[in-house]
Amino acid sequence: MRPFTYARAADLSSAIAEASADGTSLLAGGTELLNWMKEGIAAPTRVVDINALSELDYIELGATELRIGALARMSAVAAHPDVEREFPALRVALEKSASQQIRNMASMGGNLLQRTRCPYFRAEVELPCNKRVPGSGCAALGGEDRSLAVLAGSERCIATHPSDAAVALAMFDAVVRIHGPSGAREVPIRELYVLPGATPHVETVLAPGDVIVEIALPRSRMTSSSHYLKVRERASYEFALVSAAAGVESDGRIIRAAKIALGGVAPKPWRLMSAEANLVGVSLDDEAAMRRALARDFDAARPGRQNGFKIELAKRTAIRALQVAGGVA
Amino acid sequence: MESERTRREVRETAAEPTGVPRRVGAQAVGGGPADEPIESAVCLSINGERHTLIVDHRATLVDVLRERIGLTGTKKGCDRGECGACTVHIDGRRALSCLTLAVAVQGREVTTIEGLAKPGTLHPVQKAFIEHDAFQCGYCTSGQIMSAVACIAEGHARSEAEVAEYMSGNLCRCAAYPQIRAAVLAAAEEAGR
Repeated sequence: MRPFTYARAADLSSAIAEASADGTSLLAGGTELLNWMKEGIAAPTRVVDINALSELDYIELGATELRIGALARMSAVAAHPDVEREFPALRVALEKSASQQIRNMASMGGNLLQRTRCPYFRAEVELPCNKRVPGSGCAALGGEDRSLAVLAGSERCIATHPSDAAVALAMFDAVVRIHGPSGAREVPIRELYVLPGATPHVETVLAPGDVIVEIALPRSRMTSSSHYLKVRERASYEFALVSAAAGVESDGRIIRAAKIALGGVAPKPWRLMSAEANLVGVSLDDEAAMRRALARDFDAARPGRQNGFKIELAKRTAIRALQVAGGVA
Repeated sequence: MESERTRREVRETAAEPTGVPRRVGAQAVGGGPADEPIESAVCLSINGERHTLIVDHRATLVDVLRERIGLTGTKKGCDRGECGACTVHIDGRRALSCLTLAVAVQGREVTTIEGLAKPGTLHPVQKAFIEHDAFQCGYCTSGQIMSAVACIAEGHARSEAEVAEYMSGNLCRCAAYPQIRAAVLAAAEEAGR
């Protein structure tokens, strides 16, 4: 780890001013930043601790949306009764993330900005990785790709995004509120992340000095009928191979509206827009029809050497998540 | 090789400072502010006792507890937030001391395994671990017990499955998991949770 100076931000505007400087990293929960610094993935010369900004630590249910402050901890959001009642998929996604120790530390804003668990990106001995060293190549292409993306990767990168919460938030059409040097703005979470293309090291639309201050989930009738299903190689404390967040509005067993986002298959939370349209009118009991409705979103899938199983697994996971969300499984 | 380098670095970053805070030039910090220190005087509250010391900003809480304050009950396992051996309580909540900068816990109350019970006595969860033979080598045990005390206080010890889920951040490579779960459930029952 390289030496760094340390300061505590007294207010949001000083955090923004500090974060605009080259070589400065903000510290919230620290569960990602410390590992990046230990591995040499990040080497800030200055760390600015924002944990004293208590005005960013809240969970508030308003008339039209649930607002979560960027410094609310994952465990607090998971345990909040309004989240449990109105947005159960978010509660499940959070409870199935990491461990309780990490959930007590990690902030919601930081959760969105965690970086891929691709073994080449995280390698202790540096290996070719275009995210870590732009232009160094991608060792995953032609390497061990079992955990990596089958959708929307590029010839430079096939990393997936590891956040469970982001998948649920994408399904809920959450918006991310940002304060930066040029003022405040909001970005739908689905537009927060950018696909790797030729520049895999560019992962979000955030600019220097931008600070996530709030995540807002619009309230609707559908959100309480939602579920998050995480499939992984251990029962607990493991990242997803594939996950699905689903929300359903149904009339008996007939789907009237559905929203689905997948994790573990793409560089960002992946909404199944064709399926969402095709599922209207389909019975939650009719798995063959649901499977047909899901097919088109996978036309563009490009499996590698070891991750082809994710296509079938993702379909099954999505169907099961829809059924649980709709109350039939 | 990599791990040797890391261990050496840890010794350096946790080492006793020689005197006044070192200041480093722009070159040494790769272009950072030339006149700002890379270490700070902090006052840490550990098990109700205050410790004033100068820490390198890089020093993690686990290293400062062990190497500077002499509280070696907290163990350093993976040093990457993956094993739970370094679990302590910060402001009453369980957290990983390997992913916590010591400089950042100023003003917060840290509890380690040494602070669970008065000297010469055992906390009920410690007694339950002995009673249920919930360890072999013992390396993960401090972290397991700190996590278990919090797990019970959170109300997450109501069934064996719930204990398994909420204790999953503490690995035991001797695989004493059945005994650990039994100890946590017994201690929870005794505590009326």
